[in-house]
Amino acid sequence: MTYLPHTDADIEAMLKVIGIRRIEDMFADVPEKFRFPALDLPEAISQMEAAWRLEEMSHANLPGGKTAIFLGAGAYNHWSPPVVNHTILRGEFLTAYTPYQPEVSQGTLQAIYEYQSMICALTGMQVSNASHYDGATSLAEAAIMALNVHGLRRKKIVLCAGIHPEYRAVVRTYMQGMGVTITGDEDDSADWDRLIAAVDGDTAMVAAQYPNFFGQVQAIPRLVEAAHEYGALMCVVADPIALGLLKPPGWMGADVVVGEGQSLGIPLSFGGPYLGFFATREEHVRKMAGRLVGETLDTRGETGYVLTLATREQHIRRARATSNICTNQGLMALAACVYMSVMGKHGLRRVAELCYHKAHYAADAIDRVDGYQVDRSKPFFKEFVVQCPKPVAEINDYLLSEYGIIGGYDLERAYPSRVNQMLIAVTEQNTRAEIDDLAQALSEVAK
Amino acid sequence: MGDWKAPTDCKYTKTDEWVRVENGEGVVGITDFAQSQLSDLVYVELPHVGDTVKAGDEIGVVESVKAAAPLKSPVSGEVVAVNEALEGSESTINQDPFGSGWIVRIRLSNPAEMDDLMDAAAYQQYCDERA
Amino acid sequence: MKEPIIYDLGAPGRTGIKMPDPDVPVYDLPAELLRDELDLPEVDEMTVVRHFLRLSQLNHGIDKAFYPLGSCTMKYNPKLNEDMARLPGFLHLHPYQDPSTVQGALELMYELQEWLKEIGGFAGVSLQPAAGAHGEFTGILMMRAYHLDRGDARRTKMLIPDSAHGTNPASTSMSGLTVVELPSDARGNVDLNALREQCDDTVVGLMITNPNTLGLFEEHLVEVIETIHACGGLVYGDGANFNALMGICKPGEMGFDVMHYNLHKTFSTPHGGGGPGSGPVGVSARLVPFLPGPIVGLVEESADEADEEDVPVYGWVMPEKSIGRMKAFHGQFGMHVRALAYMLVHGGEGLRKVSEMAVLNANYLRVLLRDTYHVPYDRINMHEFVAEGRFPDAPDVHALDIAKRLMDFGFHPPTNYFPLIVHEALMIEPTETETKETLDAFAQAMLQIAREARENPDILHSAPHITPVGRLDEVRAAKELVLCCRPVPE
Repeated sequence: MTYLPHTDADIEAMLKVIGIRRIEDMFADVPEKFRFPALDLPEAISQMEAAWRLEEMSHANLPGGKTAIFLGAGAYNHWSPPVVNHTILRGEFLTAYTPYQPEVSQGTLQAIYEYQSMICALTGMQVSNASHYDGATSLAEAAIMALNVHGLRRKKIVLCAGIHPEYRAVVRTYMQGMGVTITGDEDDSADWDRLIAAVDGDTAMVAAQYPNFFGQVQAIPRLVEAAHEYGALMCVVADPIALGLLKPPGWMGADVVVGEGQSLGIPLSFGGPYLGFFATREEHVRKMAGRLVGETLDTRGETGYVLTLATREQHIRRARATSNICTNQGLMALAACVYMSVMGKHGLRRVAELCYHKAHYAADAIDRVDGYQVDRSKPFFKEFVVQCPKPVAEINDYLLSEYGIIGGYDLERAYPSRVNQMLIAVTEQNTRAEIDDLAQALSEVAK
Repeated sequence: MGDWKAPTDCKYTKTDEWVRVENGEGVVGITDFAQSQLSDLVYVELPHVGDTVKAGDEIGVVESVKAAAPLKSPVSGEVVAVNEALEGSESTINQDPFGSGWIVRIRLSNPAEMDDLMDAAAYQQYCDERA
Repeated sequence: MKEPIIYDLGAPGRTGIKMPDPDVPVYDLPAELLRDELDLPEVDEMTVVRHFLRLSQLNHGIDKAFYPLGSCTMKYNPKLNEDMARLPGFLHLHPYQDPSTVQGALELMYELQEWLKEIGGFAGVSLQPAAGAHGEFTGILMMRAYHLDRGDARRTKMLIPDSAHGTNPASTSMSGLTVVELPSDARGNVDLNALREQCDDTVVGLMITNPNTLGLFEEHLVEVIETIHACGGLVYGDGANFNALMGICKPGEMGFDVMHYNLHKTFSTPHGGGGPGSGPVGVSARLVPFLPGPIVGLVEESADEADEEDVPVYGWVMPEKSIGRMKAFHGQFGMHVRALAYMLVHGGEGLRKVSEMAVLNANYLRVLLRDTYHVPYDRINMHEFVAEGRFPDAPDVHALDIAKRLMDFGFHPPTNYFPLIVHEALMIEPTETETKETLDAFAQAMLQIAREARENPDILHSAPHITPVGRLDEVRAAKELVLCCRPVPE
């Protein structure tokens, strides 16, 4: 049956060796009244039938591959080169475990080492770990690291409202038992004057997003200065495609750079699995959470790779570990590594430029439509905010039903003062024709 | 009987630290038994000079590749010196745990605390029980 | 031959993917914002393919050979699962799409929630946590929130057996609670007397792995649960070893208040060299309001199931007293698809058979090895067992040496040095997808190694011999940290 290989003869032979008569005899330790409960579940079906069933379920969805999509807000419809998928499908990568036995895991270990190196290059930082679950949990781990760097003497985390709302929510969830104040994002503005006013000697970390949730690029050095004036760590949540074009936070004095790596060749997949990257200064490496791969030599004098500084981690430090993280997003880090390798120095820059040009073309096209106004108050990268003449939900309904277009994010969902404001994302996968259609559709629905 | 050293001029804790009094100051380190359990040390986290500590407080960490053990102060007082030479030479603790492998010096605020600690013979026995 | 770093396989100006020229006007880029250097590889596509293929060949994987890592449940990762997760109708969905455009995905998640509820005997499930440790952290936060919601702020302690996986105390610390360690008794169970002594109104609850990390079903499980409940505490079940229990017992029925599932263990989603996993949590009725959200709910039931047009409508529901969000978006959806595919081809009966065969295989191996390797708790075990990797008459041979020598036989070693309560522990979990021949071959190799330990110990000390690299200098790796091949100046 399915993947179970034993025949009745196999089972009989094995029972005999064990010295018991029936399979049921192995479960005598289970209290009788709880033993062998009925499972009210469907009967088994064949692989073929299961495939039909799931295909049918998949047809009940409208995927971005079939239709133009201008929805971003933390997850993006970038193009993934086929070599990424083919690499992660290799059984030696896919079905390997965490590389605790390095002699038979050099493939995984070297790939992660290369990934770490590329993240350092991308972010301008000195060390990177092997991944967190996603951008949101990376930010939460950065906050925990900041508390530890300050020896738990500081109790404040300052977050800019321009950070993804779900990321800030996750930080709050993570820290609910730590007696910490999280502040700076009480209003809907990504404005830094308010944020800077919240920084003081009790602040362990200040964080902002780059580009911010509204797609805008703000001047990081100014915030770095404010944070460092009080000895707080500066954390920047960065978009990795943007980093193909824009100055990395590491060059501007950031202490930690985190973010969502989904844009690096990982499919949208309804929200997961994604990839949290985390990079910091070498001086903080012992307080950093997550797996770390380091280079070393073997008994033959050859270069090899191992998990290192494992004493930070849960399997050794237990209650004192820097984090509880064990299984992370290893295969997604491999995917990102392959993406960054095959796109490379030149390709990633080109992808970023395409996003930039197409986003600006879209912004101009929409600005020309009566009733719509693009927020130009700051430079933007691949996303921008549009003030719309009608509720975003209504506009998106029209876009979908009349044009089959998945429209942008309704900002009022997370920022109550941003009424009728839509966040539009444009990637290298959006064609000029799609953008023209979008503008056309927007003009129709405004009437 | 194991062959871990336990000099008689030191007193010992149940968490495998030793302390030796020199001019009202306690020199503190980890024992031969402890270093053999941890094996090759790679990192030591030291307290700051000037810190006030109580007996039993965790004042630092000693790390090998497979374990990280807290360093608990055997005595109360003020940290007057830390062995900065250990940085980059953590193996000194493995080689000479009671001499050049010392970790901190503490000016004793309550010398009577020394009476609460094990002497060398009692500590040897304690090690044998656990081996 | 050593595989170079990808950077060293390129040349200036090379690129793998050539993206097209913009089909829109080219705008001026804001010069003051641009980076002037991006140190990523410059490699052609075929070289990228060869590099990663060669790297992959340095790895052991389940697809290659036996991988008896205790507590990791290295069972076959079905290829069907990979295809299903990649169906375009799943792969290209944006998490923020309007629910009306993703009913199929929501239905899948809802169904997975229902399967997990039924298998575990729980009243509610959230699929949000991304891994087992994440699920543990979630569970502990819920337990804490439950007590605070009742107005009880005195409870700050979590009781955890000394045999527990390190993530248990680590997750507890993250929640701001204090760990109190419970010793195990002589038969490997939680020491009941020690438990009773600790149970009072300052205890949030107990975290317990069942079967425990020795592979044994807790002999006094019901009493343990009753004791905790009697003092007002909650019981958390670490579901890492759930592969032994499907259709055998339901933790929810036995009194567990919360349990995390590891989809990447019990439900066959691939380990990927370190994730992604997925750690959904199941809860009893009293914890349902505290689940991390949003979860998938039935917004509208179908009134007439015979009517094809009348389908249920699924949507997002936020539990009323939710502890909040544990991560962005909805959880590891790609793993949800894989897990449901796995469940569909097994059905209820098949899942029970999985557990039965997993337990059969483990006991079979134990019996084959018990006369050569000391098994400290030598009784019927569950899906795994622990043996000592040492011999009284070969004192220089350790579990580490045995593990390294096993690689020369083409096997991945079992888990070493865990649980901490067994000396030179070798934790062996074969899983149900291995043939009898494989188990026999593994036992033969282990017996041979035991002979070598006495006759030729040097071959163990210098093992492994046939792997791409020999033993690696971990001390050097920790002291001379080289974590990045492209150093970035301060």
